[in-house]
Amino acid sequence: MTAKVLTIASGKGGVGKTTSVANIGVALASRGQKVTCIDADIGLRNLDVVLGLENRIVYDLVDVIEGRCRLRQAMIRDKRLPDLFLIPAAQTRDKSAVSPSDMVRLCDELRPEADWIIIDSPAGIERGFRNAIAAADRVLVMTNPDVSAVRDADRVIGLLEAEEKGPAALIINRLNPAMVKRGDMLSVEDVHDLLAVELIGIIPEDESVILASNRGQPLALDPKSKAGQAFQNISRRLMGEQIPFMDLESQNLLQRLLGRK
Amino acid sequence: MDETSSLIQIKGIRDGLLITLSGTAWPDLVSAFVKNVDERSSFFHGARVALNVGANELRVAELSSLRDQLSERGIALWAVLSESPVTETTAQNLGLATRLSKPHPVQAREPAEELPEDAAKWVKGPLRSGGRVLFEGNVVVMGDVNPGAEIIAGGSVIVWGRLRGVVHAGAQGDEKAVVCALELAPTQLRIAGEIAVSPKKHGKSQPEVACLKDGQLVAEPWQELTGR
Repeated sequence: MTAKVLTIASGKGGVGKTTSVANIGVALASRGQKVTCIDADIGLRNLDVVLGLENRIVYDLVDVIEGRCRLRQAMIRDKRLPDLFLIPAAQTRDKSAVSPSDMVRLCDELRPEADWIIIDSPAGIERGFRNAIAAADRVLVMTNPDVSAVRDADRVIGLLEAEEKGPAALIINRLNPAMVKRGDMLSVEDVHDLLAVELIGIIPEDESVILASNRGQPLALDPKSKAGQAFQNISRRLMGEQIPFMDLESQNLLQRLLGRK
Repeated sequence: MDETSSLIQIKGIRDGLLITLSGTAWPDLVSAFVKNVDERSSFFHGARVALNVGANELRVAELSSLRDQLSERGIALWAVLSESPVTETTAQNLGLATRLSKPHPVQAREPAEELPEDAAKWVKGPLRSGGRVLFEGNVVVMGDVNPGAEIIAGGSVIVWGRLRGVVHAGAQGDEKAVVCALELAPTQLRIAGEIAVSPKKHGKSQPEVACLKDGQLVAEPWQELTGR
């Protein structure tokens, strides 16, 4: 096996990188892929919480890099999916504890044992971001349909082009179809038009995402959740399937019976 | 001392250290430099460094690898000076400065002696947020100029795409400079000393030309002009 290294980046904070890493990791692992997620947000770790693995951390990324433990010892197996692993970030250090070449070495060591390595990038475009993209074969840029998130995504895509990291793919998160319809939110077309890169996922706004994150139970395992389905679709597209984008405009039965628009 | 000291010169400047690497065998030069840094790590740690690489033509991979090696040693590389235009472009792509002091665009500088009047810089778009083009002649962009991007030209600016960033034409005082774009909606538009922002537009956009008329910045549809 030779894993593909996937980094999820956004520039702006709070657009949903960590939630996406957890859900795409879960979705891929639920399809029989071997997945290792790495939290590169050293000092502000969250991925362990979203995956519900917080209480199992013994060693972390910095311990591996500084040689205090073997790589295997820092890999936490998910409690639901045996093919999903997490390498957590250190909470007591900062971004300068890791360098881009450390990340390349770490991923090279992981590659033979997995299908996917998914790296959660910190917000910003400084050292932490450069660490996160150093080993990436492919970068997914995440944005929300608002002007500042799109502006930052544009900057990140520009930096990736400058670093010759190949064409980025775009995920639009927290789309609210009703607001788009009213003209109060940028539409998928507006965002895609400006950023001009391949679109790989559209995730609708969904309150249950927050609930799931707090509980440490990723939504991708919930077949009733639209956001969960969107993450499943991204994982299938990553595996090379052609999946059409979900129809987010469709109304449910009740709305149709009430004749709402 | 030894031969490496003749290749590597270190000078203190206002913004940190200016290090000149002379020689053309880039890999050797880098390893000599890194070795030099390792030998005196306490001196270099935490330094802000501007690097003069002379005529070396450097690509993204070479420059970013050096930047990463330096940052691992606690050194921040903020500028790369070079005689090679390839290296300058690379440095700009990586977000590094290519001059020690930021030249003020409106400052009346001596026009470059050898720049012919019709010289233009060709930029392949899209020019994204954070991208910056600074050129003493005309600038032609093939693609969109996104919000957050900046073009400063001594002459005119032509954008074959949507212009939504900041553009300054005639930055050295040329009032005959024009700005044209397939969709002219810049965050801010400057020609010579005049500044304007785009009015909110309704309806379908069309190609437009902006120029200075009697000291006023005006934008006109392209069709009307070609009818003249």
